[in-house]
Amino acid sequence: MHPFAYVAPSTVAEAVAVLNEHGDRARPMAGGTDLLVKARANVWELDAVVDIKNIPELMNLSIGNGGLSIGAGVPCYQVYDNSEVAAEYPGIVDGASIIGGIQVQSRAGLGGNLCNAAPSGDGICPLIVHSAVAKISGPSGDREVAVEDFATGPSRTVLGKGELLVSIEVPKPAANSGAAYTRFIPRNEMDIAVAGVGVFVQLDSSGKNFESARIALASVGPTPILASAAGDSLAGKPVNDETIAAAAALAKDAATPITDMRGTVEQRKQLVEVLTGRMIKQAVERARG
Amino acid sequence: MTTNSPSKVHVTTTINGQQHELLVPGYMSLLDTLRELIGLTGTKEGCLDGNCGACTVSVDGRIVDSCLVLGAEVNGKNVDTVEGMATPEGLHPLQQAFLEEAALQCGICTPGFLVAAKGLLDNEPSPTEGRIRHWLAGNLCRCTGYDKIVRAVQKVID
Repeated sequence: MHPFAYVAPSTVAEAVAVLNEHGDRARPMAGGTDLLVKARANVWELDAVVDIKNIPELMNLSIGNGGLSIGAGVPCYQVYDNSEVAAEYPGIVDGASIIGGIQVQSRAGLGGNLCNAAPSGDGICPLIVHSAVAKISGPSGDREVAVEDFATGPSRTVLGKGELLVSIEVPKPAANSGAAYTRFIPRNEMDIAVAGVGVFVQLDSSGKNFESARIALASVGPTPILASAAGDSLAGKPVNDETIAAAAALAKDAATPITDMRGTVEQRKQLVEVLTGRMIKQAVERARG
Repeated sequence: MTTNSPSKVHVTTTINGQQHELLVPGYMSLLDTLRELIGLTGTKEGCLDGNCGACTVSVDGRIVDSCLVLGAEVNGKNVDTVEGMATPEGLHPLQQAFLEEAALQCGICTPGFLVAAKGLLDNEPSPTEGRIRHWLAGNLCRCTGYDKIVRAVQKVID
């Protein structure tokens, strides 16, 4: 591992200054569960690691009428241990609860999961289906990017030189809505998704018809995928096996997986169809309360 | 390429109840800090990538893989390792149960399992078997097949 300096600023401005000075030879660190593995494997050769956990905004987790704000450094366990978050955003908790094991969840968070930009990131699809937005600070100011646009390829993001993810802002879910995420892995815990599916549905007040839906897919493309056609197909339709199967088939069409050690193209596309159907049903159940 | 030699970080930390002042290279893991700077070799190195849990320690009451924490990060924090479990009066109940249930063979994973199991029981005194297995999923054992480890943890609950 290339020896790097440890920097622990207490403000966003200081962190941005260090990141900007070093360019791609510096990285922000939240839980470090991806960063230190990559540094040790010499995937990244770093001169500086910027620990962002002393910056108050990046450690903030708050929930209110404006929605949910998740600081970029908030670890998974704080997300799923928060009873208000668990009640209002169970789909996000689904993802946060299955990233690594307990040790990893003590450190790793959704901000790091997003910035690591693995196609398989279990935390990302739930944020996409909730229409979450990434708040970014950088040398030329602040900007916001929709989470579905954040990853641009495997391990690649929209973050430019000196830019830092500050928080993820999740809108307050509409009435009669629900969300769910699951993945397929060959064991119960501690594995990387062969395929994953997140679903958000909003029902009408009768609970019998979809008003809108968003569906996102993990591990079946170079980035997490927002399967817009699949989600849009449910809008205005009744909740039944036929409409759900049609959306699941469209989700399968949106998947562009590769064959690798975890699974084949055929298996992954099949998984997307099956998991999409299951997650729509679970999201509907949650929407109906 | 810059060739500046990164400076060391001044760290004040409490390890197993005892305060330590250290100068830690910025890139040194907590695992290496414990083993090489302090001489606490109970914590084991396994995979070095967060899969095996052999290096599990507790930081401010949360279990972590110490290979994926920097020593510099524990400034002002409480670190608890396997060395802090037994007292002069005897073994920790988990350690005693691991002995009685033969929950170890080669022993490399044992400190990590003990610290992880303690992290569970300190917060949840009566977990179900399923909860124990889920909690310990981040710890790998290649000898016991896990059943004996789970039984040892259950023995402490009973």
